[in-house]
Amino acid sequence: MIDKEVHDAAEAVAGIEDGAVIMIGGFGPPGQPVHLIDALLAKGVTDLVVINNNAGAGGDAISKLFGAGRVRKVICSFPKAIGSTVFDELYLAGKIELELVPQGNLAERIRAAGAGIGGFFTKTGYGTELATDKEVRLIDGEHYVFETPLHADFALIRASKADRWGNLVYRKTARNFGPIMAAAAKMTIAEVDEVVALGALDPENIVTPGIYVDRFISASSALREMKASS
Amino acid sequence: MKLTREQIAARVAQDIPDGAYVNLGIGVPTLIADFLPEDKEIVLHTENGMLGMGRAALPGEVDDDLINAGKISVTEEEGASYFHHADSFAMMRGGHIDYCVMGAYQVSARGDLANWRTNSTTSIPGVGGAMDLAAGAKHVYVVMELLSKDGTSKLVEHCSYPLTSTECVERVYTDIAVFDIVPAGVRVLEIFDDITVAGLSDLVGFDLIDATLAARA
Repeated sequence: MIDKEVHDAAEAVAGIEDGAVIMIGGFGPPGQPVHLIDALLAKGVTDLVVINNNAGAGGDAISKLFGAGRVRKVICSFPKAIGSTVFDELYLAGKIELELVPQGNLAERIRAAGAGIGGFFTKTGYGTELATDKEVRLIDGEHYVFETPLHADFALIRASKADRWGNLVYRKTARNFGPIMAAAAKMTIAEVDEVVALGALDPENIVTPGIYVDRFISASSALREMKASS
Repeated sequence: MKLTREQIAARVAQDIPDGAYVNLGIGVPTLIADFLPEDKEIVLHTENGMLGMGRAALPGEVDDDLINAGKISVTEEEGASYFHHADSFAMMRGGHIDYCVMGAYQVSARGDLANWRTNSTTSIPGVGGAMDLAAGAKHVYVVMELLSKDGTSKLVEHCSYPLTSTECVERVYTDIAVFDIVPAGVRVLEIFDDITVAGLSDLVGFDLIDATLAARA
């Protein structure tokens, strides 16, 4: 029998070690797996490489990881954000490495990793400093830049509902990076608002099939646990 | 009289045709949504994964899972759809978005766009989806004030700021005039302030082509 649900946040993030490359879902608060990030913070692992669209905004869960000095490098498209001073200070002090990636390249590099694609040519970034030293090819009269896939050891994502097979559905703009990160990491861990019975999700509308999900925790059980321990 | 931010936004809105799929950038471009004519059906795309984005959410309408690219709470129109980030950017990079409207630090006479970072060494660089939109949208429009705070033109012969994309901008809407960038050069379509095309040429530092109604009449 398959049952990917875990009931304890520490168990959810088990196996993540120092130096891990971790994709974290979310664009702004929607889709951000806050309980998993808190569990990662509590676990104490460090020297992490974080892949997210942003670099944390004022006091949110991701910026707590930065603030605690756990992140060696961030790969993102837009580190500037209102209130994201934690990252700003580390960056300007030279204490954190930044790989700035155009947002569509970030998404497509993640997608490529999940789909077993060894790289792709895109018009995005041609003629700019973000394409410096990258291979350029003229295809049908237009310039394209070669980009490589972006893999990760772990993906931490948030979804709306899961069944025990790990099939996921999302809500509105909280979907964002969840489906592509789930496919791109060696191990994908989700937190979900609601766990439903196998068969309760409409097969026509499952967004992330369970094959991409290794374990998940319900946000309510993570929350109960946090309250109990505090 | 120079146009206000709202007036520039209203002016751009007049040029978006019925049935267009449109991505509006952060800042003045976002204001364009408030001026789209009600008799046209225009579908707004937001890069975080939605088509059919509606107006900003009023108090009581806020849904924690529904924001726009500027991370502001918004509403959904009938017919809206949601999709993941790679699909959202495939729409942009694959040439499916009809119009994108962005702000800019500089636009060059051949349509090069600079809008992702200045030359400051103390600011945090951030690119977001600007390079994808500039490279992929069918029509790239820019809205900006013509002059920077120090009085120099942001429409320039060559950009001095790092580029977002080359030869992509088709039209520039400013508080002083509207410009069209074509292979022959930069045409002045419309002037709002009390200035001539010759005066504008002096301001931007290169020769402009007079394509105003007066010149066409």
